[in-house]
Amino acid sequence: MAEAEESPGDPGTASPRPLMRDLKAVGKKFMHVLYPRRSNTLLRDWDLWGPLILCVTLALMLQRGSADSEKDGGPQFAEVFVVVWFGAVTITVNSKLLGGNISFFQSLCVLGYCILPLTVAMLICRLVLLAEPGPINFMVRLFVVTVMFAWSVVASTAFLADSQPPNRKALAIYPVFLFYFVISWMILTFTP
Amino acid sequence: MATTAAPTGAARNGAGPEWGGFEENIQEPLSSQGGGSAVIDMENMDDTSGSSFEDMGELHQRLREEEVDADAAAAEEEDGEFLGMKGFKGQLSRQVADQMWQAGKRQASRAFSLYANIDILRPYFDVEPAQVRSRLLESMIPIKMVNFPQKIAGELYGPLMLVFTLVAILLHGMKTSDTIIREGTLMGTAIGTCFGYWLGVSSFIYFLAYLCNAQITMLQMLALLGYGLFGHCIVLFITYNIHLHALFYLFWLLVGGLSTLRMVAVLVSRTVGPTQRLLLCGTLAALHMLFLLYLHFAYHKVVEGILDTLEGPNIPPIQRVPRDIPAMLPAARLSSTVLNATAKAVAVTLQSH
Repeated sequence: MAEAEESPGDPGTASPRPLMRDLKAVGKKFMHVLYPRRSNTLLRDWDLWGPLILCVTLALMLQRGSADSEKDGGPQFAEVFVVVWFGAVTITVNSKLLGGNISFFQSLCVLGYCILPLTVAMLICRLVLLAEPGPINFMVRLFVVTVMFAWSVVASTAFLADSQPPNRKALAIYPVFLFYFVISWMILTFTP
Repeated sequence: MATTAAPTGAARNGAGPEWGGFEENIQEPLSSQGGGSAVIDMENMDDTSGSSFEDMGELHQRLREEEVDADAAAAEEEDGEFLGMKGFKGQLSRQVADQMWQAGKRQASRAFSLYANIDILRPYFDVEPAQVRSRLLESMIPIKMVNFPQKIAGELYGPLMLVFTLVAILLHGMKTSDTIIREGTLMGTAIGTCFGYWLGVSSFIYFLAYLCNAQITMLQMLALLGYGLFGHCIVLFITYNIHLHALFYLFWLLVGGLSTLRMVAVLVSRTVGPTQRLLLCGTLAALHMLFLLYLHFAYHKVVEGILDTLEGPNIPPIQRVPRDIPAMLPAARLSSTVLNATAKAVAVTLQSH
């Protein structure tokens, strides 16, 4: 990585070029998730920055204020973080055991990036919750979360399906479905 | 040990780089073992003694002992050199440290690649979707053949997915009933309960099976109990959404009973002797049915007290009067007892805003 070298004389210019390059790569992958096609971009040059940003954003938005601490004992941030990362690790191990030829970090990368639709759903739900409450409020949130959940599952299927043996795709996709279902459920039942 | 004496003898002459003691010691035994391959033979699958693991454990123990001996020899070596030339002591101690680091790193990476190699689990996930589907359906059909051991599929994919599904269903039930978990989180409680039941009860029944001389391995027990959770998933999924106590009891007996009977029949076919059969199957049946009861009542409808179910004849099931309502809940909740759980969530959301 020649761009990473900086001249020893100026420590102030702390590598802006690799940062922009990385951000652009992350943004490009976000686009690929939003418009899922069968492509190898996410798999070929995987990175975990995008999943980390998304996970932290989601966990921060799902954190309740301390006034409600008697309802849920522990910090929701930790809960979301652990669910996302251990869920992704479990699905990866499962798909490898089923005979998939995808590497560990590639799978983590795909699963992490495909949380983007659900993060967008969380943002929309937060905005909707600012409006007046009512059954319409709940219906709107339910609709948004369901659509985004389906989008996440379809996006991750588009990337992961090719790496599985053809007759076992359903076995590999079911835990992905459960994983995004649990995250969707956490988003839908969130009350600030 | 004989192999360490020669290298240390050579080092006594003061030539550090010639002393390559550690490499020789470690490479010899492993080359005789065929390179420390991590793939376990298929014949050893059902062997509960885990002999292949014990072999590698002995090997590592021997390697560790050799290293300890070599360290002791190196310590003697250092003292010997100190009396002579101080320069050599520094150089030698650095080399000793380096050799120890290399040897330790090698051992650690070998141990890691052996035990963290998920290829060990690969045979247990070798299933097709059609097989999983048929096994799920068969887990609800008891087979009456008890004179010949019934076949149990030794796979872990189905049971693991069923445990995760149960976790998801439990979360759904806990959220819609506003379960209050004071220590820990909802997620942690759900995962702990489900995995704890699957692993804990499997181990306990396996232990009882060992006492009762039943022919079943740990893997088979895990698979059997895992597939037995399919009935639980169905019952909880339905009754967390349609909350009628009579309906729950009906499903508890019917669906829960069927999956329990299936497991009991399999165990009876693999156990000899009436007392042993009774002990083993009675314990499993009791634990399995009680777990379903526990899951329904502990994580759902915390608002209503258990007294309601005892007043069946006097009060029709739909018009329940909630008892033991904590003072902090809004009074508007009282009016929503006739709705089912999902609609209740809507009501709660409305009232809390």
